Amino acid sequence: MTADPGPVVCDLPETGPSPDPVLELRHITKRFPGVLANDDVSIAVAPGEVLALLGENGAGKSTLMNVAYGLLAPDAGEVLVDGRVVSVRAPRDAIALGIGMVHQHFMLVEPLTVTENIVLGGEPTSAFGVIDRDVARRRVVELSDRYGLKVEPDARVRDLSVGRQQRVEILKALYRDARILILDEPTAVLTPQEVNELFDIVRELVSEGLAVVIITHKLEEVMAFSDRIVVMRAGRVVGETVPSACDEQSLARMMVGRDVVLRVEKSPHQPGSPLLEVMNLSVLDDRKLPAVRDVSLVVRAGEVVGIAGVDGNGQRELVEAIMGLRRPTQGTITLKGRDITHDNPRRTIAAGVSHVPEDRHRRGLVLDFDLVENVALGDHRRPPFSRYGILDRAKLEQEARRRIAEYDVRTPDEHVAAANLSGGNQQKLVLARELGRDPDVLIAAQPTRGLDVGAIEFVHRRILAERDCGKGVLLVSMELEEVMSLSDRILVMYEGRVVAEFEGGAVTEEELGVFMTGGGRPGAEALGSEGTDA
Amino acid sequence: MRARMPDAVRDSSADPDARREAAEHRFAAEQERVRRAISVATPFISVAIAVLVGSLVILAAGKDPVAAFSAMFRGSFGGVRQIGETLLRATPLVFTGLAVAYGFRSGLFNIGAEGQLFMGGMAAAWVGVMVAGLPWAVSVPVILVAAGLAGAAWAFLPALMKARIGAHEVITTMMFSYIGRYLVSWIIAGPFKDKGAIPQTPMLPGTSQLPRLSDVFTFIEPNRAHLGIVLGVIAAFVVWWILKYTVLGFEARAVGFNPTAAQTGGISVAATTVKSLCISGTLAGLAGAVEVMGVHHRLFDQFSSGFGFTGIAVALLAKNNPIGVIAAAVLFGALSAGAGTMQLDADVSQKVISIIQGVIIFLVGAEMIVTWAVGRLRDRKGGDDAAQ
Repeated sequence: MTADPGPVVCDLPETGPSPDPVLELRHITKRFPGVLANDDVSIAVAPGEVLALLGENGAGKSTLMNVAYGLLAPDAGEVLVDGRVVSVRAPRDAIALGIGMVHQHFMLVEPLTVTENIVLGGEPTSAFGVIDRDVARRRVVELSDRYGLKVEPDARVRDLSVGRQQRVEILKALYRDARILILDEPTAVLTPQEVNELFDIVRELVSEGLAVVIITHKLEEVMAFSDRIVVMRAGRVVGETVPSACDEQSLARMMVGRDVVLRVEKSPHQPGSPLLEVMNLSVLDDRKLPAVRDVSLVVRAGEVVGIAGVDGNGQRELVEAIMGLRRPTQGTITLKGRDITHDNPRRTIAAGVSHVPEDRHRRGLVLDFDLVENVALGDHRRPPFSRYGILDRAKLEQEARRRIAEYDVRTPDEHVAAANLSGGNQQKLVLARELGRDPDVLIAAQPTRGLDVGAIEFVHRRILAERDCGKGVLLVSMELEEVMSLSDRILVMYEGRVVAEFEGGAVTEEELGVFMTGGGRPGAEALGSEGTDA
Repeated sequence: MRARMPDAVRDSSADPDARREAAEHRFAAEQERVRRAISVATPFISVAIAVLVGSLVILAAGKDPVAAFSAMFRGSFGGVRQIGETLLRATPLVFTGLAVAYGFRSGLFNIGAEGQLFMGGMAAAWVGVMVAGLPWAVSVPVILVAAGLAGAAWAFLPALMKARIGAHEVITTMMFSYIGRYLVSWIIAGPFKDKGAIPQTPMLPGTSQLPRLSDVFTFIEPNRAHLGIVLGVIAAFVVWWILKYTVLGFEARAVGFNPTAAQTGGISVAATTVKSLCISGTLAGLAGAVEVMGVHHRLFDQFSSGFGFTGIAVALLAKNNPIGVIAAAVLFGALSAGAGTMQLDADVSQKVISIIQGVIIFLVGAEMIVTWAVGRLRDRKGGDDAAQ
């Protein structure tokens, strides 16, 4: 049986492989249980080129790059560096061949300094194997000057902003003489300003002759700074193009395999009476340090209130305090005028607040429970799901089947463990439970994190549907675009305080970015993203 | 090779993404079936390998393993008397196995079931004497309730410490186990000592005893198995029902799997911890009661040969499944009942039984290895299929 070439949805001009690629992957096939992660994938990248590897989650981008970096062994296919077939059995081999990779989750030793992290594993030594710190530091400074990657060589990594930590990761690769740099979802954790800085760095690197591969699912970034785009879907390359020959819509169609609504259609904002009111709330974090400081906000019927902010500025503690998972030190929380400040999670849920937690694996689902039991969670003490402490399994299964159908959870049946669902379907299951109980207020924290375009679209539509039928939604998200497209009002949280409030649509990403990083006034971009090592 | 499909079917599967999704679902369902099959098979495979290892040890000692195991089988299942002996020894293990399994299902390792068993036994011995004169149908339930409460009480303080200050139950139940054990030693040597030199409690009146099965059902040949095994089977089904059909069990399992998600879903982790450990303690207390009421009819220092600890092994072998606990307890009961015959008839030391028990536990604990190995085999096979 010959290999199926796969559906080419792409009607765009295909560019040939680059001349003299420094890294080439040929006919890579990688199979995981249940998934053909890479199906005969071939790509190449040349020196001085930024290649964007675009695709949804699960399209096989990271798998492919992990093969190149020696983290995964392919079932078939070969890796070529400088036109020669090489054996990359471990990252060690990849590094020796000049391949560097910056993972989505940084691999840094936080208590160590920038210099120590960069030289880790390749420390310059003097006699008797003693680390020569002066040489190490000098090399780091040299590299940092050469590529315009400003870092403080003696700062501790744990004190750095995320953007700075990423620079350390890039320097780590450069220190090991990387000629090919793979960046896995590099902008996922950055503020808009940091994203721009990263792009400047990448430009600098390719002008020095490096080849850069960027794994991403963000269309606007691909358009903005890649030289060539390879689109992957369901483990295959479905198209290859250049930014000048395509637009976001056509890329999205290639990526998803069908037409996608990129902009969310929204009816006019018609706020009703206040549902959730938070007044002067202060909350401590796990280390007993103030995380939420004197926050007041109102969510009215029929509106989405978005909270923008860099991760770790008190959003999590705010949500947990509202849900009764964390005890506030000061302030009140009321739902439709009733004080729920000290209600435990069960009473908060019963009062009419639903919660889509930011971490669906840790908080949202019991992964070992089947779909029926996950749907029951939170309502299991109430009729019709249970009476006098006895569960009504027949009712539960009936309700679970109904919601699985309504929320389009793709599953073989309702008795599989939630762990076996894909991320998008797990999130739909959480929505099926939380929205299915018909709450007054929905607290949605990072509701689309890690989801693919199709699932994101679904979640967004559901959130807006809640708003349109008179519910109040509090949306917490690190994705500025999400906050901006869904929210009727946007609050910016910085260091535990609400530092700005905007009407939806009356603010740009850059303006939000300034407030998110502690800048005071719009236009004060210079203050943004300086981080703690300034 | 591809069979021709009807047009309608082919149309609906024309979309490659839908086809892929359908294939993934089939594969996921298949994986799930394999995972469950492995999970069910592991205890059996473990026992088989353990018998094999035991055989090698017997061979190394220059004895005949076939003779040894057939002697053991004769000693445990060779006749009504032998089967009775096996059930007798399985009875306390059903209860302690359930106790440990319930704890595990709620994410708690009740390593101190032995102490709770002693407290339950003590309560049974004491209340059993107190209720002398009451009819059997009243006194037996009263004694069982008292013993269950005593076991629960002995688990309550460790549970409270876990819920309130996070003190780990492995430490606290263990420590409480020693306290309970020696408290009972003191009581039977002092305040509640029977007449005579031996430190033991007074004999229970007949109405406080669990009768032998062969006394109740006279058509059965005389043997030592008592009504406790029936109670144990009932208890196993009750525990199964609690776990599956009650809010109590639902919350216990939710906390056992993922306390954070349980808390987010409105379940009080602290309250669930206390309840679960107390239920575990109740079951361990009942183990002590049935042993006192059914076998010795009094309490003395050596009335338990570590049933609380063997219960951990029983629970592990049963994969914390209440119905599986019955089977695992019978197996351990049989090993114990047959050991003597094996030593007498085949001249093989009883210690071989300990080796077998150890290997069983090791292999059940090492299920991950089995799963992994089978998974690898299947991967290779799957790869071959794809290559064809």
